[in-house]
Amino acid sequence: MADLEELYREIILDHYRSPRNRGELDSPPAHRVEGFNPLCGDEVVVSMVVENGTLADLKIAGSGCSISQSSASLMSAAVKGKPVGEVRQLISTFKGMMTIHEASLEHDGDGADEPEEINLDKLGELAALQGVVKFPVRIKCATLSWNALAQGLDEVAAEAS
Amino acid sequence: MTPPAGTAPLNVEALRKDFPLLTRIVNDHPIVYLDSASSALQPQSVIGAMTRYYETTHANVHRGVYATAEESTALYERARVVTGRFIGAPDPAHEVVFTKNTTESLNLVAHSWGRANLRAGDAILLTEMEHHANIVPWMILSEEVGGLDIRYIPIDADGRLVLDDLDTLIDGVKVVGISTMSNVLGTINPVSHIAEVAHRAGALVVADGAQLVPHAPVDVTALGIDFIAFSAHKMMGPTGIGVLWGRAELLDAMAPFLGGGGMILDVKLDSFRPAPPPARFEAGTPPIAEAVGLTAAIEYLSDIGMDRIRAHELALTNHALARLDEKLGADCRVFGPPAGEDRGGVLSLAYRDVHAHDLAQVLDQFGVCVRPGHHCAKPLMRKLGVQATARASLSLFSDEHDIEVLIEGLLEAGRLFG
Repeated sequence: MADLEELYREIILDHYRSPRNRGELDSPPAHRVEGFNPLCGDEVVVSMVVENGTLADLKIAGSGCSISQSSASLMSAAVKGKPVGEVRQLISTFKGMMTIHEASLEHDGDGADEPEEINLDKLGELAALQGVVKFPVRIKCATLSWNALAQGLDEVAAEAS
Repeated sequence: MTPPAGTAPLNVEALRKDFPLLTRIVNDHPIVYLDSASSALQPQSVIGAMTRYYETTHANVHRGVYATAEESTALYERARVVTGRFIGAPDPAHEVVFTKNTTESLNLVAHSWGRANLRAGDAILLTEMEHHANIVPWMILSEEVGGLDIRYIPIDADGRLVLDDLDTLIDGVKVVGISTMSNVLGTINPVSHIAEVAHRAGALVVADGAQLVPHAPVDVTALGIDFIAFSAHKMMGPTGIGVLWGRAELLDAMAPFLGGGGMILDVKLDSFRPAPPPARFEAGTPPIAEAVGLTAAIEYLSDIGMDRIRAHELALTNHALARLDEKLGADCRVFGPPAGEDRGGVLSLAYRDVHAHDLAQVLDQFGVCVRPGHHCAKPLMRKLGVQATARASLSLFSDEHDIEVLIEGLLEAGRLFG
């Protein structure tokens, strides 16, 4: 059961049982994005307010498995109040961690194209989710809220320009 | 005293040796395959028949005049007859159409029969427990014709159809789409009764046989239905081949589905004449090796006997429901009817408040294969008030040990998620 314990770290179970930043913000003014995983029915709703280049507020609603919901909660705690540029960097680092397994399979034995090493220190608590990459089907659960957040930031930027 | 062959209990221990995949070790545990409702495993006889076909016979069908091409055609056409006889079709050579799967079979009916016979405002009747495959094709058709009146037979708290208002619901309906057995609830529906009511009201009946045909005797004439769709891979045959049976007079009147080679009598620069059924609905090179595999699967099931398979699965379903209740009590909710004759071996579970995805992940560590999710029945999931269930489904090779490992895994999930 070692893999299982790695997947369901205590910090993940904690965020699943007591999700942070739970709820929805009034939209408008908040921007609202829904994410669906059609395979398993997981749903996540990210509502966000961007002010002066900062992700000033963010709330998470929806329902689903422990991985999708804890990932959303961990994300909310990590990005709330951060400058948008920093948030985008974190999204990219997190998604990098989630694809590192596939990438290392594709590039097996060929040092030239090794993917950029992910700095787990930058991820803080989010690094607890790295056990997910051993369970490829669950990667979509972990990235669901992150994709919704990225989409939301793109839409907010498009509206502003 | 030896019981008569038709009712003798299965020797499951011996039958398990027919399935090479059951020797697999998964996560250090012998595999416990409880996902036959999703796709069944294949006995060696099916795998061997397909290998032998490729090694000794393969050629395209309905084309060549050389020996192997004729043998190949004969095997393909034999599969049609074997399949038709298996479900009591009056005229197998004429009425059995090979498709890709159940979904394609149902789409074929909605497309070819539906387009010609349904107009804007026409009513059709489905049930709340239908698989998306018997809902979405009709919705696509509805959009095409400018809006059908799509009605649903509701279900009760036990997951049975509520037929009290059937006479009202059926009024003006042109076609009834009904699952013979629910892939989520295990409910075996009273299809012959509904067919009788439907026919009195002038409606046709399209049955989704995907779950029942592999697990119980099915006779299309006795059921009184007009079409039935099912898949080989759920009945221990290969993927890639499905079946549509339809009454000859209906198929004769239907326009082609896909166009191409094999489905025509003649093609000119400005027109074509379609072949008679079943060729009319089989454009392009068909799944030949898969048809050979389907024949072998039907022979395997028939040799055991569908009555005996049903009796085994019914007894094991009753046992599983009792054991789940005994060991897990109110923590475990099993959707669908209580143990009984109208219940098949499909156990959709909710355990405490652990999400189905997480249950399935923990069970995998015990080698247990179950299916988490909405099972392509989202309207039903909404009705049940759940996002997903973990579904364990039984087969002729399932036994009481499988149920014990399932329970062990559920208890571990409970411990992990507290």
